[in-house]
Amino acid sequence: MGLGAYVAVSAALFALGVVAIIVRRNVLYVLMGIEMILNAANINFVAFSHFQGGALDGRMFAIFTIILAAAEAAVALAIVLNVFYLFDSVRPSEADLLRE
Amino acid sequence: MEPSSKIFYGALSLLTLAALGAGLVAAGAEGLAFGLFSVLTLGGALVCIWERSVVRSAFSLMATFLGIAGFFVLLHADFLAMAQILIYVGGILALILFGVMLTPPDLTERKISRVLGGLVVFGLGFAWVGMRVAESATWAVTEKGPAEGVNNAKRIGVGFLAADQYVVAFELAAVVLTVALVAAVYIARRRRADLEPMEGQGGGA
Repeated sequence: MGLGAYVAVSAALFALGVVAIIVRRNVLYVLMGIEMILNAANINFVAFSHFQGGALDGRMFAIFTIILAAAEAAVALAIVLNVFYLFDSVRPSEADLLRE
Repeated sequence: MEPSSKIFYGALSLLTLAALGAGLVAAGAEGLAFGLFSVLTLGGALVCIWERSVVRSAFSLMATFLGIAGFFVLLHADFLAMAQILIYVGGILALILFGVMLTPPDLTERKISRVLGGLVVFGLGFAWVGMRVAESATWAVTEKGPAEGVNNAKRIGVGFLAADQYVVAFELAAVVLTVALVAAVYIARRRRADLEPMEGQGGGA
């Protein structure tokens, strides 16, 4: 399969991630949408690295993306729990106060 | 099962068959594998958006992550495929499921079939932009894969630790992970003042 097929799948996954963030009301769907978008970027990184003779740079970028996605998921989950304790809701549109 | 769900899953099955067949016709066994992985990836994401229950969405996201690991295998990135399965399926998905279990279900979640018109417009617009980009972009690729018999894990390990490559980014990533995880524990802990009224009144945050 050529590079174009991978880029097309990656673009479709990116679009689905954006849809998940926009359409759903639960903040956990926003988290899932962000993971989809990061994974779409990873497919692109690895595909371009592969089709440039197996260069290492794209894979390194993908690994660092995965590392940062893990950190992001942990912090985001902590924020979600705190928002639920403070606002008694998991809708992002209802968390609109900076103070308790 | 609701009628709209029946239509959705029927269409998804047909699309699966179509993608597998198209891949098989286009590029043989590799195309079949590519079709399977793209169906896993995009189908998982579609089901994740379609389902209104967060648990089902989280589990369908597992199919997405596994499909992407399959893409990494197809792209000769074996180490990344293993890391993808370990970190995403084993770590991040488990974290999301913890989030699902610690928060209540939102019973007023909207149905996708209600916003279908907007989604179609969004998809067509995105596809149009993608076509325009695809026909105007020139990508500097050689279209040849890596040499056979390359030890990817060893290359990545050397790349992490060689002083002229990624050692600074590697150490920074370690620091970022440590700080982020400690901060996550600090943010998520419940303060004593929050806990006491819970015990007295038996509920209400």
